Amino acid sequence: MGPAASARPSRPSSRSGSMTGRVRFQWMIPHFSYKEIWEQKAKHFFQDHTESNRGGGSKWWGFVPHSRWRIPGPRFSGLRSFRFRHVPSHLHGADMADGPVAQLLLQRLASCDGGLDSLELSSALGLEHQVVVGAVKSLQALGEVIEAELRSTQRWELTPEGQETAQDGSHEARVFHSLPPEGLVQSELMRLPSGKVGFSKAMSNKWIRIDKNAPGGPRVFRAVDNVEDLVQAKLQLVQDGEAERLSEKERNELKKRKLLSEVTLKTYWVSKGSAFSTSISKQEAELSPEMISSGSWRDVKFKAYNFSSKGVLPEGGHLHPLMKVRTQFRQIFLEMGFTEMPTDNFIESSFWNFDALFQPQQHPARDQHDTFFLKDPAEALDFPMDYVERVKRTHSRGGYGSQGYKYDWKLEEAQKNLLRTHTTAASARALYRLAQQKPFSPAKYFSIDRVFRNETLDATHLAEFHQIEGVVADYDLTLGHLMGILKEFFTKLGITHLRFKPAYNPYTEPSMEVFSYHQGLKKWVEVGNSGVFRPEMLLPMGLPEGVSVIAWGLSLERPTMIKYGINNIRELVGHKVNLQMVYDSPLCRLDT
Amino acid sequence: MPTVSVKRDLLFRALGRTYTDEEFDELCFEFGLELDEIHCSELWKWRAFYPYPEGFLTAFGILLTSEKEIISKEQGDEKAEGASDVILYKIDVPANRYDLLCLEGLVRGLQVFKERIKAPRYKRIKPNNGQIQRLIITEETVQVRPYAVAAVLRNIKFSKARYDSFIELQEKLHQNICRKRALVAIGTHDLDTISGPFTYTARTPSDIKFKALNQTKEHTACELMDLYKTDNHLKHFLHIIENKPLYPVIYDSNGVVLSMPPIINGDHSKITLKTRNVFIECTGTDLTKAKIVLDVIVTMFSEYCEKQFTVEAAEVIYPNGKSYLYPELAYRKEMVKADLINKQIGISETPASLAKLLTRMYLKSEVIGDGNQIEIEIPPTRADIIHACDIVEDAAIAYGYNNIQMTIPKTYTIANQLPLNKLTELLRHDLAAAGFTETLTFALCSQEDIADKLGMDISATKAVHIANPKTAEFQVARTTLLPGLLKTIAANRKMPLPLKLFEISDIVLKDSSKDVGARNHRHLCAVYYNKNPGFEVIHGLLDRIMQLLDVPFGEDKGYVIKAAEGSAFFPGRCAEVFAKGQSVGKLGVLHPDVITKFELTMPCSALEINVEPFL
Repeated sequence: MGPAASARPSRPSSRSGSMTGRVRFQWMIPHFSYKEIWEQKAKHFFQDHTESNRGGGSKWWGFVPHSRWRIPGPRFSGLRSFRFRHVPSHLHGADMADGPVAQLLLQRLASCDGGLDSLELSSALGLEHQVVVGAVKSLQALGEVIEAELRSTQRWELTPEGQETAQDGSHEARVFHSLPPEGLVQSELMRLPSGKVGFSKAMSNKWIRIDKNAPGGPRVFRAVDNVEDLVQAKLQLVQDGEAERLSEKERNELKKRKLLSEVTLKTYWVSKGSAFSTSISKQEAELSPEMISSGSWRDVKFKAYNFSSKGVLPEGGHLHPLMKVRTQFRQIFLEMGFTEMPTDNFIESSFWNFDALFQPQQHPARDQHDTFFLKDPAEALDFPMDYVERVKRTHSRGGYGSQGYKYDWKLEEAQKNLLRTHTTAASARALYRLAQQKPFSPAKYFSIDRVFRNETLDATHLAEFHQIEGVVADYDLTLGHLMGILKEFFTKLGITHLRFKPAYNPYTEPSMEVFSYHQGLKKWVEVGNSGVFRPEMLLPMGLPEGVSVIAWGLSLERPTMIKYGINNIRELVGHKVNLQMVYDSPLCRLDT
Repeated sequence: MPTVSVKRDLLFRALGRTYTDEEFDELCFEFGLELDEIHCSELWKWRAFYPYPEGFLTAFGILLTSEKEIISKEQGDEKAEGASDVILYKIDVPANRYDLLCLEGLVRGLQVFKERIKAPRYKRIKPNNGQIQRLIITEETVQVRPYAVAAVLRNIKFSKARYDSFIELQEKLHQNICRKRALVAIGTHDLDTISGPFTYTARTPSDIKFKALNQTKEHTACELMDLYKTDNHLKHFLHIIENKPLYPVIYDSNGVVLSMPPIINGDHSKITLKTRNVFIECTGTDLTKAKIVLDVIVTMFSEYCEKQFTVEAAEVIYPNGKSYLYPELAYRKEMVKADLINKQIGISETPASLAKLLTRMYLKSEVIGDGNQIEIEIPPTRADIIHACDIVEDAAIAYGYNNIQMTIPKTYTIANQLPLNKLTELLRHDLAAAGFTETLTFALCSQEDIADKLGMDISATKAVHIANPKTAEFQVARTTLLPGLLKTIAANRKMPLPLKLFEISDIVLKDSSKDVGARNHRHLCAVYYNKNPGFEVIHGLLDRIMQLLDVPFGEDKGYVIKAAEGSAFFPGRCAEVFAKGQSVGKLGVLHPDVITKFELTMPCSALEINVEPFL
């Protein structure tokens, strides 16, 4: 029982907990080294078989769903195939029900009225109590053969010193009896085994007296003729199982003298069950093809299943949770009629990443501190030059109704290659391509792919993450349209309470941040960013005047972390991922 | 997004009413601000909010004794002793609203928004005595920092709070629009301690010698640059001029150094609480931004001048002899059709109502002409308004985003998936069904990961290299998925064997045929990690993938594997995969050196192919 008990802390506190609860539990797994878990299992494995008549072995399987712990194949293949694979855990409970102790128990039960106490039975059979308990449990596993009620009783027992006292008398009585009529020199008395304790007790009982002026040193004499050793009498009562005849005070006094101790005993009160029978025949584990063909299954008794154990998990591969969420987002966009944009270039030029979006060349986002620039290939060489001219003019001098930023726009700055900081760069390329198609036809685009920021890293920020972006281009789109489409999009994610806050993005105007009320946090949290692309971005591309482009973006990681209850992004993305989390993650159903 | 910290009580006093935190949060939200944090500051927290290292304080003429004394002066000694109960609001301000970067601007913006005051009109005036302050720019500045603008705030009254706000606004402007002083640097001086005309010139560093702010003695510019190398605040600005042959410097007519922009001011002209007349100079490499910065400072703080909202002009004379009066304080008029505003927002307000909405946004507007035209006056504080769309946004904010009727666009389109992503999605599911678990590893990694650890030289890869990685983890974009998978195994060594992992994702290779000189390739990588190499498992997976891709076994149009060599593989245990007549990747048992370098202990076989030929 010991090792099983010590393994118990690894159980989830509630097996049928919420999704988050379960995920959290799985995070706990790394705290136990694999080796520890194996060693514990191995112990139980052996205990189960070498001491099979002791029962309790089945208990381990009841507590820890073995499928969780995934025993490696080849290293322990022998064990695995024997124990962990072919014998399903739900059968283990019935292993020893046909053992000799169980038979004896049933016979005794048949011949008695009412029931039996497991402790009494063990002393009657001359067995250790644990063995009887094992038999009780194995019979319990058969179903309704017996009923067993767990009782815990407080019992008083003599300590070894108490047993000695009950037999030979108390220390004080022993001192009294060892005194001859002429008395004994004190120093000699003290050398007796009961001397020290007995002397002071006998003195306070006034059984003995001391003459300090006796020749040859202090001398001890009997003070009375007879004594009654009550301590011994009381202990003998306890020994006879009549501890209840002592008062609370008396028992505590003896306990204080370390002669008595109180123990808690767990016993079973066993009575006949509704399917009681003394003939528990040898049971078959499972149905076999032979039984089916011969029909022998009709005459065979099968071991009962233990339905409270866990099954064996299927051996399949698993998809990564973030990718599962990505699949759902793609699905949502496709349901809404959005076409996927190509995003197959992590490397982008500053031109498409910033300049094309009317983001000025001095913008802080273009700082070394925020963006990864490339050393090799350092520069982009090929641009649609007439478009570049229009972009340059709009930045430096304005046009298309704009004042421009009034600065010296430099091609060299636009040529600088970088790791794209947003997929809006890909959207800019897609919109430029759209603008080259004449006549204009409306478009709805989306993309989900990686972007890179040279930022300070923390529990929720990595240097790379996935950006989700949606874009709609058509004549006469309004801010109300943007809000309407956002509402539909977020409804599909299961997010319904939306609020819009004015915001600033360099390439959208108007811009708005999307907030949703988070029930758990009891506050509004930002779930996305959106806006209408600036005319200074669209008109130089060649899109017709009157065409508006509305767009929104959000990260893929954030909703995933919320969905799967993950606090540290490194546990989700990158090589430090917890594979157990990947194995155990549930389906991604965003709208539930 | 810049964050402005304001003392709540000062803010409420200026707004003329109090709010609960929730009410103020709501007001901010509506106006496009975000009440980020509310802080009950204790003495130590004060430091957290005013983290100006001494260098900064000294650079801008601040006479600070100690924070404790400030608090004690304002609130009494007891509070300064322990903790003060000052509540600070940290408010996030949109990055283009420089006029909201200080308490004065925030209050003015909110009061106009709530129609409690009318937007003040800022005026540039000539000095009473006709003696205009002059700043003469010499041609030496062209090489280093060619532009300068200047203005005078006359008869200003500072209090401790106003003074703090004045300094903090400069700091916020420096951090944001000034791009850490690279584009523009601000110097403010006690005009009564100096005498014009002033000269903005550039000299060799050894020729510049003055007593810099809060220094006890004179230093040459070279000495100062050395001195500030260890200054936590100033060291970030040194690079702007460090390697220039000439350093910019401003002298008064007596040769007193006002400042050595963009690093430090002189001690002589430093501002104190008693300063009544402030000379402001902004030097920079971007004239437009210098003008905006000057406009923002003077519009915000002319509130405290004897003649409120007036600014005394200064004349700046350029090397070519042309002279300009600053600050510009230009008001510009724009005409926007009411229809356009309604159409872009998706509302139907009357022109008069739209004009009223815009006026609340600090854009004084009126209906003119045929009744559909709205004339909008853009004040010097609103440098962010550069297009009609900016005006439309302000109308939408004043109308209230959350009052706009949501509608679904009628845009009808047929959705298409990107073929490569469609194939990837299909393959992922079947690879998982084949017993392999998906991983998601980083696209950036170290050179070592993709070269040394795989037994290759980095020059043999076609890797793109990052110029400014903060750590080795971000030196290159991966050229292969294998290192990420092996690192995933290394981080999961406690997991039961075998480990069967895969990833389908992009790698990056240099490609001179692309405009940016590089492109992504979609790779599929799988590894099998166990006590035995399990080549047959990985080989079987390849067979399964080909089955899924409907590629038969065989030469020509089918697939075959042929013995090959690869530095990452154990000799004789590596094969190249040919499909549809081209090489698509390799599979094999990894070389023990590779296994060891990735801190693994068991044999491992791997497969990596390019998915794109199967489209």
